[in-house]
Amino acid sequence: MKVAPKIDSAQARELYRQMLLIRRFEEECGVQYMQGRIRGFLHLYIGEEAVGVGAISALRDDDYIVSHYRDHGHAIARGLDPSAIMAELMGKATGVSGGRGGSMHLFDKSKGFMGGYAIVGGQLPIAVGLALAISQMRQDRVVICFFGDGAVNEGEFHEALNLASLWNLPVIFMLENNLYGMGSHIDRTHAAGRDLYTSADSYNIPAMQVDGMDVMAMREAAEEAVHRVRAGDGPVFLEAITYRYQGHSMADPVKYRDNKEVDEWRGRDPISRFVDFAVGENLIGPEGLAEVQAEVEATVEEATRFGIESEEPTIESMYGHVYG
Amino acid sequence: MAEMQLREAVAQGLREAMDSDERFMMLGEDIGEYGGAYAVTKGFLRSYGQDRVRDTPISEAVIVGASVGAAMGGIRPIVEVMTINFTLLAMDQVVNHAAKLRYMSNGQLSVPMILRTVTGGGAQLGATHSQSFEGWYANVPGLVVVTPATPYDALGLMRSAARSPDPVLFAEHQLLYGMKGEVPDEWYEVPFGKADIRRQGSDLTLVGYSRMANVAEEAAGILAERGVDAEVIDLRTLRPLDMDTVVESVKKTGRALVVEENWKTGGFAAEVAAGIQERAFDHLDGPVGRIGGVEVPFPYNGRLEAAAIPDAARVVSEVSNLFGI
Repeated sequence: MKVAPKIDSAQARELYRQMLLIRRFEEECGVQYMQGRIRGFLHLYIGEEAVGVGAISALRDDDYIVSHYRDHGHAIARGLDPSAIMAELMGKATGVSGGRGGSMHLFDKSKGFMGGYAIVGGQLPIAVGLALAISQMRQDRVVICFFGDGAVNEGEFHEALNLASLWNLPVIFMLENNLYGMGSHIDRTHAAGRDLYTSADSYNIPAMQVDGMDVMAMREAAEEAVHRVRAGDGPVFLEAITYRYQGHSMADPVKYRDNKEVDEWRGRDPISRFVDFAVGENLIGPEGLAEVQAEVEATVEEATRFGIESEEPTIESMYGHVYG
Repeated sequence: MAEMQLREAVAQGLREAMDSDERFMMLGEDIGEYGGAYAVTKGFLRSYGQDRVRDTPISEAVIVGASVGAAMGGIRPIVEVMTINFTLLAMDQVVNHAAKLRYMSNGQLSVPMILRTVTGGGAQLGATHSQSFEGWYANVPGLVVVTPATPYDALGLMRSAARSPDPVLFAEHQLLYGMKGEVPDEWYEVPFGKADIRRQGSDLTLVGYSRMANVAEEAAGILAERGVDAEVIDLRTLRPLDMDTVVESVKKTGRALVVEENWKTGGFAAEVAAGIQERAFDHLDGPVGRIGGVEVPFPYNGRLEAAAIPDAARVVSEVSNLFGI
């Protein structure tokens, strides 16, 4: 007997739309970077889409998201306006952070998107603090905090896990283990080199490892984690095993890994895999896929147009929003 | 008018904040059961309960970072870091996050956090427990840096800090906790960015902050006996910095000496001295002087430590060397 899938057609279509939008949006970011319209550091999320989309699909609209410098995917999955994200990457006044933040510092408080944080590990204490505010104000909310495998080696990681558990705070620690901290494989940076989620054992935090290339597995694990955290049972730790197809940033020539490894991971591509699943389960057909593809192309095109045509912030505006 | 210690003035300011709004909460190492390393928060746990007065692990980065996050989430955290030396373990949170979030988010977020900490040397605690880093923090836009040196200012500045939408680093000098002073019964506030003219004078201007403002005032007393009439300015806040008051004074006196406890190289007195020559150059009758701690890690031995930290005698002697008065 066949088990019914845990999502309906509309949900399947939305998961597909979000993952494809992230993929296509970021491919366009790469183009715009090469053309000089996006400057600074640009870290692409391509390959990791299932993690952010699956995890964020388990949240409610009033939950908080805290992200890191590879934050476009999380912002898109959260429903931030792609045009305002692209404008931010291009440093325009219409950007989500008014052109002051850039790729690594996207913010949209109205959507509970409390920021991309670009100091590795620095966002974990802040996420714990948001959870403290929730707890203190008796709100019915949770925080999800994204971080990479590099952050696990920071002291702030350990301090944050300990305090969250000690105070029973509503936060999900969402580790995106893409195996590399910039150019260093975790074999070269972590004493265990694998099963990073077991760090949470030291702090009495329930933890599990998830296939980060499978959006359905991510969604299911996140739903369970959110349920537990929302019930007041304290923090949960998830480790998604995933992979970025591109370099650490656009400036990375990727000399530290061979193409064979990249090709192996591309063979587990989260979008193709989900399409196979959804089509196989009759959740979406060829027409549906084509409609989503057309919608995504139009969204990316409009975002790019909006970003290019938007005005730069005025010099006078530079002085606002800071004391003194 | 009541006489109280600086410790009591800080505590009164904290109690007023905690009483005024349920959103205020306190975090820190041993602030609750123990009552605080310097006994400022003694009795607070009993008054406000363990939800609002939270003892923390010895984890400065997450104590401060969680305060930043809580502030973003609608809480008014008052976080105590036991000494300013330990704030170095939380510097990422203070400098990279607390100071920048309102700006980087284009005004969507703010971090109304009071970070109380204990600064200064002079208690024979050795090189790692005797430093004065408030000048470092004053370099960072987005922070407010407060250095009260009297009970009056401690309470008045705490009242301003409690209303600040931005993070405030509130540096209390360890040797001043027992200092007594008059505090009015009527409500008053000491605004940020307003220096205090402690003493009017016409021959030279002495500028100090934190305990060195008191040292400058003591030196002015000695100078007066020698017929030298010194004006004394206590900066009270380093960011925002009230250069207007300093410049107006120097225009009147024509001479300036800036005193700080921190090392002179790259120190805050250099900032004040530079501001004076930029804006009052034509009024100066001599070089703008600076006095700072001797350029060594402050030693434990009492004689050595006393020789390393500026005192009134050194100020008087420097006035004589520099200006021949």
